[in-house]
Amino acid sequence: MSAPGPAIPFGRDGSSRFLPALTLLMVFLAGLALAAVMDLERALARWDQSLTGTLTVELPAATGATDKSLDAALAVLHDAPGIKSATAIDRDATAKLVEPWLGTALSPADLELPRLIDVRLDVSAHADLAALRAKLAAAAPGATLDDHQLWLDSFARFARSAEITAIAILVLIGGVAVMSVAFATRTGLAVHRDTIELLHLMGARDAYVARQFERQALRLALIGGVAGLVLAAAALLALSQAANAVSLLGDSVTLLPPLHLRGWNWAVLAVLPIVAGLVAMATARITVLATLRRLP
Amino acid sequence: MVRFENVGMRYGTGPEVLRDITLRLDAGSFHFLTGPSGAGKTSLLRLIALAERPSRGLASLFGEDLSRVTRADLAPLRRKIGIVFQDFRLIPHLSAFDNVALPLRVAGVAEAKLRDNVREILEWVGLADKLDAKPPTLSGGQQQRVAIARAVVARPKLLVADEPTGNVDDAMALRLMRLFEELNKLGTTLIVATHNAALARQFNRSVLHLEDGELQAAAAAWAAS
Repeated sequence: MSAPGPAIPFGRDGSSRFLPALTLLMVFLAGLALAAVMDLERALARWDQSLTGTLTVELPAATGATDKSLDAALAVLHDAPGIKSATAIDRDATAKLVEPWLGTALSPADLELPRLIDVRLDVSAHADLAALRAKLAAAAPGATLDDHQLWLDSFARFARSAEITAIAILVLIGGVAVMSVAFATRTGLAVHRDTIELLHLMGARDAYVARQFERQALRLALIGGVAGLVLAAAALLALSQAANAVSLLGDSVTLLPPLHLRGWNWAVLAVLPIVAGLVAMATARITVLATLRRLP
Repeated sequence: MVRFENVGMRYGTGPEVLRDITLRLDAGSFHFLTGPSGAGKTSLLRLIALAERPSRGLASLFGEDLSRVTRADLAPLRRKIGIVFQDFRLIPHLSAFDNVALPLRVAGVAEAKLRDNVREILEWVGLADKLDAKPPTLSGGQQQRVAIARAVVARPKLLVADEPTGNVDDAMALRLMRLFEELNKLGTTLIVATHNAALARQFNRSVLHLEDGELQAAAAAWAAS
Protein backbone atom coordinates (compact mmCIF):
# COMPACT_ATOMS: atom_id res chain seq x y z
CA MET A 1 0.00 0.00 0.00
CA SER A 2 1.47 3.35 -1.07
CA ALA A 3 1.95 6.26 1.33
CA PRO A 4 -1.23 8.37 1.62
CA GLY A 5 -1.25 11.62 -0.32
CA PRO A 6 -3.16 14.72 0.71
CA ALA A 7 -6.87 14.16 1.23
CA ILE A 8 -7.64 17.29 -0.78
CA PRO A 9 -7.32 16.66 -4.54
CA PHE A 10 -5.04 19.62 -5.27
CA GLY A 11 -4.13 18.30 -8.70
CA ARG A 12 -7.60 19.27 -9.88
CA ASP A 13 -7.31 23.02 -9.35
CA GLY A 14 -5.43 25.65 -11.29
CA SER A 15 -3.13 26.63 -8.42
CA SER A 16 -0.99 23.56 -9.16
CA ARG A 17 0.09 25.20 -12.40
CA PHE A 18 -0.25 28.85 -11.38
CA LEU A 19 1.78 28.83 -8.17
CA PRO A 20 5.01 27.21 -9.47
CA ALA A 21 5.02 29.54 -12.50
CA LEU A 22 4.44 32.54 -10.27
CA THR A 23 7.12 31.50 -7.78
CA LEU A 24 9.54 30.89 -10.62
CA LEU A 25 9.06 34.47 -11.79
CA MET A 26 9.25 35.89 -8.26
CA VAL A 27 12.43 34.03 -7.35
CA PHE A 28 13.99 34.91 -10.70
CA LEU A 29 13.31 38.64 -10.20
CA ALA A 30 14.23 38.49 -6.52
CA GLY A 31 17.48 36.72 -7.43
CA LEU A 32 18.43 39.46 -9.88
CA ALA A 33 17.48 42.23 -7.44
CA LEU A 34 19.34 40.57 -4.56
CA ALA A 35 22.42 39.99 -6.72
CA ALA A 36 22.32 43.66 -7.70
CA VAL A 37 22.16 44.73 -4.03
CA MET A 38 25.04 42.45 -3.04
CA ASP A 39 27.19 43.44 -6.02
CA LEU A 40 26.58 47.14 -5.48
CA GLU A 41 27.62 46.74 -1.84
CA ARG A 42 30.79 44.99 -2.95
CA ALA A 43 31.49 47.50 -5.72
CA LEU A 44 31.01 50.42 -3.36
CA ALA A 45 33.37 48.90 -0.82
CA ARG A 46 35.93 48.14 -3.53
CA TRP A 47 35.80 51.67 -4.98
CA ASP A 48 35.98 53.21 -1.55
CA GLN A 49 38.96 51.03 -0.68
CA SER A 50 40.80 51.66 -3.95
CA LEU A 51 40.16 55.41 -4.09
CA THR A 52 40.73 56.18 -0.45
CA GLY A 53 44.45 56.70 -0.22
CA THR A 54 44.95 57.87 -3.80
CA LEU A 55 45.14 61.36 -5.24
CA THR A 56 45.67 62.68 -8.72
CA VAL A 57 47.56 65.91 -9.32
CA GLU A 58 46.71 67.48 -12.65
CA LEU A 59 48.79 70.11 -14.38
CA PRO A 60 46.50 71.38 -17.16
CA ALA A 61 48.09 71.83 -20.59
CA ALA A 62 46.36 75.20 -20.89
CA THR A 63 48.46 76.52 -18.03
CA GLY A 64 51.59 75.52 -19.92
CA ALA A 65 52.50 72.49 -17.91
CA THR A 66 56.21 71.87 -18.34
CA ASP A 67 58.63 69.29 -17.07
CA LYS A 68 59.84 72.02 -14.73
CA SER A 69 56.45 72.55 -13.10
CA LEU A 70 56.01 68.79 -13.02
CA ASP A 71 59.28 68.39 -11.16
CA ALA A 72 58.30 71.21 -8.78
CA ALA A 73 55.02 69.52 -8.03
CA LEU A 74 56.76 66.17 -7.53
CA ALA A 75 59.23 67.82 -5.15
CA VAL A 76 56.37 69.26 -3.07
CA LEU A 77 54.70 65.88 -2.97
CA HIS A 78 57.85 64.01 -1.99
CA ASP A 79 58.45 66.45 0.86
CA ALA A 80 54.89 66.47 2.13
CA PRO A 81 54.09 64.33 5.18
CA GLY A 82 51.72 61.39 4.71
CA ILE A 83 52.62 60.81 1.04
CA LYS A 84 53.73 57.27 0.33
CA SER A 85 54.60 57.77 -3.34
CA ALA A 86 54.15 60.22 -6.19
CA THR A 87 54.67 59.03 -9.76
CA ALA A 88 54.33 61.13 -12.88
CA ILE A 89 52.29 59.46 -15.61
CA ASP A 90 54.16 59.82 -18.90
CA ARG A 91 52.56 61.36 -21.98
CA ASP A 92 52.17 58.03 -23.77
CA ALA A 93 50.24 56.47 -20.87
CA THR A 94 48.04 59.58 -20.61
CA ALA A 95 47.36 59.42 -24.35
CA LYS A 96 46.41 55.75 -23.97
CA LEU A 97 43.70 56.77 -21.50
CA VAL A 98 41.96 58.97 -24.09
CA GLU A 99 42.67 56.68 -27.03
CA PRO A 100 39.26 54.90 -26.86
CA TRP A 101 37.53 58.23 -27.50
CA LEU A 102 40.01 59.99 -29.79
CA GLY A 103 41.48 57.05 -31.69
CA THR A 104 45.12 56.58 -32.69
CA ALA A 105 45.28 59.10 -35.53
CA LEU A 106 46.69 61.77 -33.27
CA SER A 107 50.09 61.40 -31.60
CA PRO A 108 50.60 62.49 -27.97
CA ALA A 109 52.57 65.43 -29.30
CA ASP A 110 49.54 66.67 -31.24
CA LEU A 111 47.34 66.56 -28.17
CA GLU A 112 47.33 69.16 -25.47
CA LEU A 113 47.19 66.67 -22.66
CA PRO A 114 47.51 67.60 -19.02
CA ARG A 115 50.34 66.10 -17.04
CA LEU A 116 49.17 63.76 -14.31
CA ILE A 117 50.82 62.58 -11.11
CA ASP A 118 49.52 59.47 -9.39
CA VAL A 119 49.84 59.97 -5.63
CA ARG A 120 49.55 57.22 -3.00
CA LEU A 121 48.82 58.30 0.54
CA ASP A 122 49.88 56.67 3.72
CA VAL A 123 46.31 56.32 5.03
CA SER A 124 47.47 55.99 8.62
CA ALA A 125 49.29 59.35 8.47
CA HIS A 126 46.29 61.58 7.63
CA ALA A 127 47.87 63.97 5.13
CA ASP A 128 46.78 67.63 5.32
CA LEU A 129 45.22 67.99 1.86
CA ALA A 130 44.39 71.72 2.24
CA ALA A 131 48.04 72.59 3.02
CA LEU A 132 49.21 70.32 0.21
CA ARG A 133 46.84 72.06 -2.26
CA ALA A 134 48.26 75.46 -1.25
CA LYS A 135 51.87 74.30 -1.58
CA LEU A 136 51.20 72.76 -5.02
CA ALA A 137 49.50 75.93 -6.25
CA ALA A 138 52.51 77.90 -5.16
CA ALA A 139 55.09 75.53 -6.71
CA ALA A 140 53.20 74.76 -9.94
CA PRO A 141 50.58 77.38 -10.79
CA GLY A 142 47.34 75.87 -12.08
CA ALA A 143 47.99 72.48 -10.47
CA THR A 144 44.86 70.88 -9.08
CA LEU A 145 44.59 68.14 -6.53
CA ASP A 146 41.80 65.63 -7.06
CA ASP A 147 41.08 63.42 -4.07
CA HIS A 148 38.23 61.71 -6.04
CA GLN A 149 35.83 62.54 -3.23
CA LEU A 150 33.34 64.31 -5.47
CA TRP A 151 33.31 61.39 -7.88
CA LEU A 152 33.20 58.87 -5.07
CA ASP A 153 30.32 60.73 -3.40
CA SER A 154 28.37 60.76 -6.67
CA PHE A 155 29.03 57.09 -7.18
CA ALA A 156 28.05 56.32 -3.59
CA ARG A 157 24.81 58.29 -4.01
CA PHE A 158 24.04 56.44 -7.23
CA ALA A 159 24.91 53.08 -5.68
CA ARG A 160 22.76 53.76 -2.60
CA SER A 161 19.81 54.84 -4.78
CA ALA A 162 20.18 51.72 -6.89
CA GLU A 163 20.41 49.64 -3.72
CA ILE A 164 17.25 51.19 -2.24
CA THR A 165 15.45 50.62 -5.54
CA ALA A 166 16.57 46.98 -5.60
CA ILE A 167 15.46 46.50 -1.97
CA ALA A 168 12.10 48.13 -2.79
CA ILE A 169 11.75 45.74 -5.73
CA LEU A 170 12.50 42.83 -3.38
CA VAL A 171 9.84 44.02 -0.92
CA LEU A 172 7.35 44.47 -3.77
CA ILE A 173 8.11 40.99 -5.07
CA GLY A 174 7.54 39.61 -1.57
CA GLY A 175 4.24 41.49 -1.28
CA VAL A 176 3.04 40.29 -4.67
CA ALA A 177 4.08 36.73 -3.76
CA VAL A 178 2.10 36.85 -0.50
CA MET A 179 -0.98 38.25 -2.26
CA SER A 180 -0.73 35.67 -5.02
CA VAL A 181 -0.41 32.74 -2.61
CA ALA A 182 -3.34 34.10 -0.57
CA PHE A 183 -5.41 34.37 -3.74
CA ALA A 184 -4.45 30.87 -4.90
CA THR A 185 -5.23 29.46 -1.45
CA ARG A 186 -8.63 31.16 -1.36
CA THR A 187 -9.37 29.75 -4.80
CA GLY A 188 -8.28 26.33 -3.57
CA LEU A 189 -10.55 26.64 -0.53
CA ALA A 190 -13.50 27.48 -2.79
CA VAL A 191 -12.72 24.68 -5.26
CA HIS A 192 -12.32 22.06 -2.52
CA ARG A 193 -15.15 23.32 -0.29
CA ASP A 194 -16.95 19.95 -0.30
CA THR A 195 -13.84 17.98 0.65
CA ILE A 196 -13.01 20.49 3.39
CA GLU A 197 -16.54 20.18 4.79
CA LEU A 198 -16.17 16.40 4.65
CA LEU A 199 -12.90 16.59 6.62
CA HIS A 200 -14.51 18.90 9.17
CA LEU A 201 -17.46 16.55 9.59
CA MET A 202 -14.99 13.71 10.24
CA GLY A 203 -13.65 15.78 13.10
CA ALA A 204 -10.69 17.44 11.40
CA ARG A 205 -9.54 20.61 13.08
CA ASP A 206 -8.80 23.73 11.04
CA ALA A 207 -5.08 23.13 11.60
CA TYR A 208 -5.37 19.73 9.87
CA VAL A 209 -6.91 21.33 6.78
CA ALA A 210 -4.41 24.19 6.94
CA ARG A 211 -1.54 21.69 7.05
CA GLN A 212 -2.70 20.17 3.76
CA PHE A 213 -2.69 23.58 2.08
CA GLU A 214 0.67 24.49 3.71
CA ARG A 215 2.36 21.36 2.37
CA GLN A 216 0.93 21.92 -1.07
CA ALA A 217 2.02 25.58 -1.10
CA LEU A 218 5.51 24.62 0.13
CA ARG A 219 5.86 21.90 -2.50
CA LEU A 220 4.71 24.09 -5.38
CA ALA A 221 6.74 27.11 -4.24
CA LEU A 222 9.90 24.98 -3.91
CA ILE A 223 9.42 23.56 -7.41
CA GLY A 224 8.94 27.05 -8.89
CA GLY A 225 11.60 28.55 -6.63
CA VAL A 226 14.34 26.11 -7.62
CA ALA A 227 13.51 26.63 -11.31
CA GLY A 228 13.54 30.41 -10.78
CA LEU A 229 16.90 30.20 -9.01
CA VAL A 230 18.44 28.18 -11.84
CA LEU A 231 17.19 30.74 -14.36
CA ALA A 232 18.42 33.65 -12.21
CA ALA A 233 21.87 32.03 -11.85
CA ALA A 234 22.04 31.47 -15.60
CA ALA A 235 21.00 35.08 -16.26
CA LEU A 236 23.59 36.42 -13.77
CA LEU A 237 26.37 34.34 -15.32
CA ALA A 238 25.30 35.47 -18.80
CA LEU A 239 25.26 39.10 -17.66
CA SER A 240 28.70 38.70 -16.13
CA GLN A 241 30.04 37.20 -19.36
CA ALA A 242 28.42 39.95 -21.41
CA ALA A 243 29.87 42.67 -19.17
CA ASN A 244 33.36 41.22 -19.42
CA ALA A 245 33.06 40.85 -23.19
CA VAL A 246 32.51 44.60 -23.69
CA SER A 247 36.05 45.68 -22.80
CA LEU A 248 38.22 48.67 -23.45
CA LEU A 249 41.99 48.98 -23.54
CA GLY A 250 42.40 45.28 -24.14
CA ASP A 251 41.24 43.39 -21.05
CA SER A 252 42.22 46.02 -18.52
CA VAL A 253 39.09 48.19 -18.56
CA THR A 254 35.49 47.01 -19.06
CA LEU A 255 32.73 49.36 -20.16
CA LEU A 256 30.10 47.68 -17.99
CA PRO A 257 30.78 46.98 -14.31
CA PRO A 258 31.73 43.32 -13.98
CA LEU A 259 29.47 41.15 -11.83
CA HIS A 260 31.47 39.41 -9.15
CA LEU A 261 29.37 37.32 -6.78
CA ARG A 262 31.31 35.59 -4.06
CA GLY A 263 30.60 32.19 -2.57
CA TRP A 264 28.45 33.57 0.23
CA ASN A 265 26.50 35.69 -2.29
CA TRP A 266 25.56 32.52 -4.17
CA ALA A 267 24.69 30.88 -0.85
CA VAL A 268 22.30 33.76 -0.07
CA LEU A 269 20.72 33.37 -3.53
CA ALA A 270 20.40 29.61 -2.97
CA VAL A 271 18.27 30.31 0.11
CA LEU A 272 15.68 32.19 -2.00
CA PRO A 273 13.59 29.12 -2.97
CA ILE A 274 13.49 28.08 0.69
CA VAL A 275 12.38 31.58 1.70
CA ALA A 276 9.77 31.52 -1.08
CA GLY A 277 8.57 28.12 0.17
CA LEU A 278 8.33 29.30 3.77
CA VAL A 279 6.52 32.52 2.77
CA ALA A 280 4.06 30.47 0.68
CA MET A 281 3.57 28.03 3.55
CA ALA A 282 2.94 30.73 6.15
CA THR A 283 0.63 32.66 3.81
CA ALA A 284 -1.37 29.52 3.01
CA ARG A 285 -1.72 28.69 6.71
CA ILE A 286 -2.86 32.17 7.70
CA THR A 287 -5.29 32.36 4.77
CA VAL A 288 -6.82 28.94 5.47
CA LEU A 289 -7.20 29.54 9.20
CA ALA A 290 -8.72 32.99 8.65
CA THR A 291 -11.18 31.63 6.08
CA LEU A 292 -12.20 28.50 8.00
CA ARG A 293 -12.84 30.54 11.14
CA ARG A 294 -15.94 31.89 9.42
CA LEU A 295 -17.44 28.41 8.86
CA PRO A 296 -19.98 26.86 11.30
CA MET B 1 -27.68 11.06 23.01
CA VAL B 2 -29.49 13.60 20.78
CA ARG B 3 -32.07 15.93 22.23
CA PHE B 4 -33.77 18.77 20.38
CA GLU B 5 -36.45 21.02 21.82
CA ASN B 6 -38.24 23.51 19.57
CA VAL B 7 -35.20 23.73 17.34
CA GLY B 8 -35.32 25.89 14.24
CA MET B 9 -32.76 26.23 11.49
CA ARG B 10 -32.18 28.56 8.57
CA TYR B 11 -29.39 28.89 6.04
CA GLY B 12 -27.87 32.33 6.37
CA THR B 13 -30.63 34.92 6.36
CA GLY B 14 -33.03 32.73 4.39
CA PRO B 15 -36.37 31.37 5.65
CA GLU B 16 -36.50 28.68 8.33
CA VAL B 17 -36.09 25.27 6.73
CA LEU B 18 -36.73 23.46 10.02
CA ARG B 19 -39.27 24.64 12.58
CA ASP B 20 -39.98 23.57 16.13
CA ILE B 21 -38.13 20.27 15.88
CA THR B 22 -38.47 18.32 19.08
CA LEU B 23 -36.93 14.87 19.21
CA ARG B 24 -34.88 12.50 21.31
CA LEU B 25 -32.60 9.78 20.02
CA ASP B 26 -31.56 7.49 22.84
CA ALA B 27 -28.24 5.65 22.89
CA GLY B 28 -28.45 2.44 20.88
CA SER B 29 -31.72 3.36 19.16
CA PHE B 30 -32.47 3.03 15.42
CA HIS B 31 -34.67 5.55 13.62
CA PHE B 32 -35.84 6.12 10.11
CA LEU B 33 -36.37 9.69 8.95
CA THR B 34 -38.97 9.93 6.21
CA GLY B 35 -40.67 12.69 4.31
CA PRO B 36 -41.12 14.00 0.80
CA SER B 37 -38.35 15.69 -1.13
CA GLY B 38 -37.74 19.19 0.21
CA ALA B 39 -39.26 18.38 3.61
CA GLY B 40 -35.93 19.13 5.33
CA LYS B 41 -34.55 15.61 5.92
CA THR B 42 -31.04 16.50 4.79
CA SER B 43 -31.12 19.75 6.81
CA LEU B 44 -32.15 17.86 9.95
CA LEU B 45 -29.40 15.29 9.40
CA ARG B 46 -26.86 18.11 8.85
CA LEU B 47 -28.01 19.65 12.11
CA ILE B 48 -27.62 16.35 13.96
CA ALA B 49 -24.22 15.75 12.29
CA LEU B 50 -23.03 19.20 13.45
CA ALA B 51 -22.64 20.46 9.89
CA GLU B 52 -24.99 23.33 10.80
CA ARG B 53 -25.93 25.17 13.97
CA PRO B 54 -29.53 25.64 15.11
CA SER B 55 -30.85 29.16 14.78
CA ARG B 56 -33.11 28.72 17.79
CA GLY B 57 -34.25 26.19 20.36
CA LEU B 58 -32.37 23.88 22.69
CA ALA B 59 -30.13 21.25 21.16
CA SER B 60 -27.82 18.87 22.93
CA LEU B 61 -25.61 16.10 21.63
CA PHE B 62 -23.77 13.57 23.78
CA GLY B 63 -24.91 15.63 26.76
CA GLU B 64 -23.33 18.85 25.44
CA ASP B 65 -25.51 21.92 25.04
CA LEU B 66 -24.72 23.00 21.46
CA SER B 67 -25.31 26.67 22.24
CA ARG B 68 -22.32 26.52 24.59
CA VAL B 69 -20.02 24.46 22.40
CA THR B 70 -17.27 26.51 20.78
CA ARG B 71 -16.07 25.92 17.23
CA ALA B 72 -12.88 24.30 18.52
CA ASP B 73 -14.92 21.89 20.67
CA LEU B 74 -16.93 20.67 17.67
CA ALA B 75 -14.07 18.51 16.29
CA PRO B 76 -14.04 15.94 19.14
CA LEU B 77 -17.86 15.79 19.08
CA ARG B 78 -17.88 15.24 15.31
CA ARG B 79 -15.46 12.32 15.72
CA LYS B 80 -18.22 10.49 17.59
CA ILE B 81 -20.51 10.79 14.55
CA GLY B 82 -20.32 8.79 11.33
CA ILE B 83 -22.03 10.14 8.23
CA VAL B 84 -23.15 8.34 5.09
CA PHE B 85 -23.93 10.83 2.36
CA GLN B 86 -26.52 10.32 -0.34
CA ASP B 87 -23.87 11.08 -2.99
CA PHE B 88 -21.20 9.03 -1.12
CA ARG B 89 -18.70 11.95 -1.15
CA LEU B 90 -15.75 9.66 -1.59
CA ILE B 91 -12.47 11.35 -2.47
CA PRO B 92 -11.84 10.23 -6.04
CA HIS B 93 -8.03 10.32 -6.05
CA LEU B 94 -7.74 8.20 -2.89
CA SER B 95 -8.04 4.42 -2.89
CA ALA B 96 -10.90 2.67 -1.09
CA PHE B 97 -8.42 1.93 1.72
CA ASP B 98 -7.34 5.57 2.04
CA ASN B 99 -10.92 6.83 1.88
CA VAL B 100 -11.90 4.53 4.73
CA ALA B 101 -8.71 5.33 6.67
CA LEU B 102 -9.33 9.07 6.49
CA PRO B 103 -11.41 9.51 9.69
CA LEU B 104 -8.71 7.60 11.61
CA ARG B 105 -5.92 9.69 10.11
CA VAL B 106 -7.87 12.86 10.93
CA ALA B 107 -8.10 11.62 14.52
CA GLY B 108 -4.33 11.07 14.55
CA VAL B 109 -4.36 7.26 14.71
CA ALA B 110 -0.95 5.78 13.85
CA GLU B 111 -0.63 4.12 10.43
CA ALA B 112 0.41 0.78 11.92
CA LYS B 113 -2.67 0.77 14.14
CA LEU B 114 -5.21 1.76 11.54
CA ARG B 115 -4.17 -0.72 8.83
CA ASP B 116 -5.83 -3.82 10.30
CA ASN B 117 -8.84 -1.82 11.34
CA VAL B 118 -9.48 -0.51 7.83
CA ARG B 119 -8.94 -3.92 6.24
CA GLU B 120 -11.38 -5.49 8.68
CA ILE B 121 -14.09 -2.91 7.96
CA LEU B 122 -13.68 -3.25 4.19
CA GLU B 123 -13.91 -7.00 4.62
CA TRP B 124 -17.10 -6.49 6.66
CA VAL B 125 -18.72 -4.61 3.79
CA GLY B 126 -17.51 -7.23 1.30
CA LEU B 127 -14.77 -5.20 -0.35
CA ALA B 128 -11.64 -6.98 0.89
CA ASP B 129 -10.46 -7.32 -2.72
CA LYS B 130 -10.95 -3.62 -3.53
CA LEU B 131 -8.49 -2.02 -1.11
CA ASP B 132 -6.51 -0.24 -3.83
CA ALA B 133 -9.43 0.55 -6.12
CA LYS B 134 -10.19 4.21 -6.74
CA PRO B 135 -13.87 5.20 -6.33
CA PRO B 136 -14.45 5.98 -10.03
CA THR B 137 -13.61 2.35 -10.85
CA LEU B 138 -16.19 0.99 -8.38
CA SER B 139 -19.89 0.40 -9.00
CA GLY B 140 -22.52 2.50 -7.22
CA GLY B 141 -23.18 -0.22 -4.66
CA GLN B 142 -19.47 -0.70 -4.00
CA GLN B 143 -18.98 3.04 -3.57
CA GLN B 144 -21.87 3.14 -1.12
CA ARG B 145 -20.28 0.32 0.89
CA VAL B 146 -16.94 2.17 0.95
CA ALA B 147 -18.84 5.24 2.20
CA ILE B 148 -20.47 3.13 4.94
CA ALA B 149 -17.11 1.60 5.87
CA ARG B 150 -15.65 5.10 6.16
CA ALA B 151 -18.57 6.22 8.32
CA VAL B 152 -18.19 3.37 10.79
CA VAL B 153 -14.42 2.77 10.84
CA ALA B 154 -13.88 5.06 13.83
CA ARG B 155 -16.63 3.20 15.75
CA PRO B 156 -18.97 6.22 15.99
CA LYS B 157 -21.56 6.44 18.73
CA LEU B 158 -24.02 7.95 16.28
CA LEU B 159 -24.42 7.12 12.59
CA VAL B 160 -26.29 9.53 10.34
CA ALA B 161 -27.19 8.18 6.89
CA ASP B 162 -28.82 10.31 4.21
CA GLU B 163 -30.68 8.18 1.66
CA PRO B 164 -28.03 5.43 1.80
CA THR B 165 -30.17 3.20 -0.40
CA GLY B 166 -31.15 5.87 -2.90
CA ASN B 167 -28.62 4.88 -5.55
CA VAL B 168 -28.67 1.09 -5.24
CA ASP B 169 -31.07 -1.66 -6.28
CA ASP B 170 -33.47 -3.33 -3.84
CA ALA B 171 -31.20 -6.30 -3.13
CA MET B 172 -28.26 -4.02 -2.34
CA ALA B 173 -30.53 -1.74 -0.28
CA LEU B 174 -31.56 -4.69 1.84
CA ARG B 175 -27.94 -5.75 2.24
CA LEU B 176 -26.93 -2.26 3.36
CA MET B 177 -29.77 -2.12 5.86
CA ARG B 178 -28.61 -5.43 7.31
CA LEU B 179 -25.19 -3.86 7.78
CA PHE B 180 -26.81 -0.97 9.67
CA GLU B 181 -28.73 -3.42 11.83
CA GLU B 182 -25.50 -5.21 12.71
CA LEU B 183 -23.93 -1.92 13.61
CA ASN B 184 -26.92 -0.99 15.76
CA LYS B 185 -26.61 -4.30 17.60
CA LEU B 186 -23.04 -3.30 18.43
CA GLY B 187 -24.43 -0.22 20.20
CA THR B 188 -24.35 2.51 17.55
CA THR B 189 -27.31 4.88 17.44
CA LEU B 190 -28.64 5.22 13.91
CA ILE B 191 -30.79 7.68 12.07
CA VAL B 192 -31.39 6.82 8.43
CA ALA B 193 -33.19 9.17 6.08
CA THR B 194 -35.12 7.44 3.34
CA HIS B 195 -38.10 8.01 1.12
CA ASN B 196 -38.42 4.25 0.70
CA ALA B 197 -41.35 3.79 3.09
CA ALA B 198 -41.59 0.08 2.29
CA LEU B 199 -38.01 -0.47 3.38
CA ALA B 200 -38.63 1.44 6.61
CA ARG B 201 -41.74 -0.63 7.33
CA GLN B 202 -39.81 -3.84 6.64
CA PHE B 203 -37.42 -3.12 9.51
CA ASN B 204 -40.10 -2.10 12.00
CA ARG B 205 -38.16 0.73 13.62
CA SER B 206 -39.11 4.15 14.98
CA VAL B 207 -40.06 6.50 12.16
CA LEU B 208 -39.65 10.27 12.32
CA HIS B 209 -41.67 11.94 9.63
CA LEU B 210 -40.88 15.42 8.33
CA GLU B 211 -43.34 17.58 6.41
CA ASP B 212 -42.44 21.06 5.26
CA GLY B 213 -39.70 21.48 7.88
CA GLU B 214 -41.78 20.22 10.80
CA LEU B 215 -41.46 16.87 12.51
CA GLN B 216 -44.82 15.12 12.65
CA ALA B 217 -44.61 11.78 14.37
CA ALA B 218 -41.63 12.60 16.57
CA ALA B 219 -43.29 15.70 17.96
CA ALA B 220 -46.28 13.65 18.98
CA ALA B 221 -44.10 10.92 20.39
CA TRP B 222 -42.04 13.40 22.41
CA ALA B 223 -45.18 15.09 23.76
CA ALA B 224 -46.54 11.72 24.80
CA SER B 225 -43.33 10.65 26.58
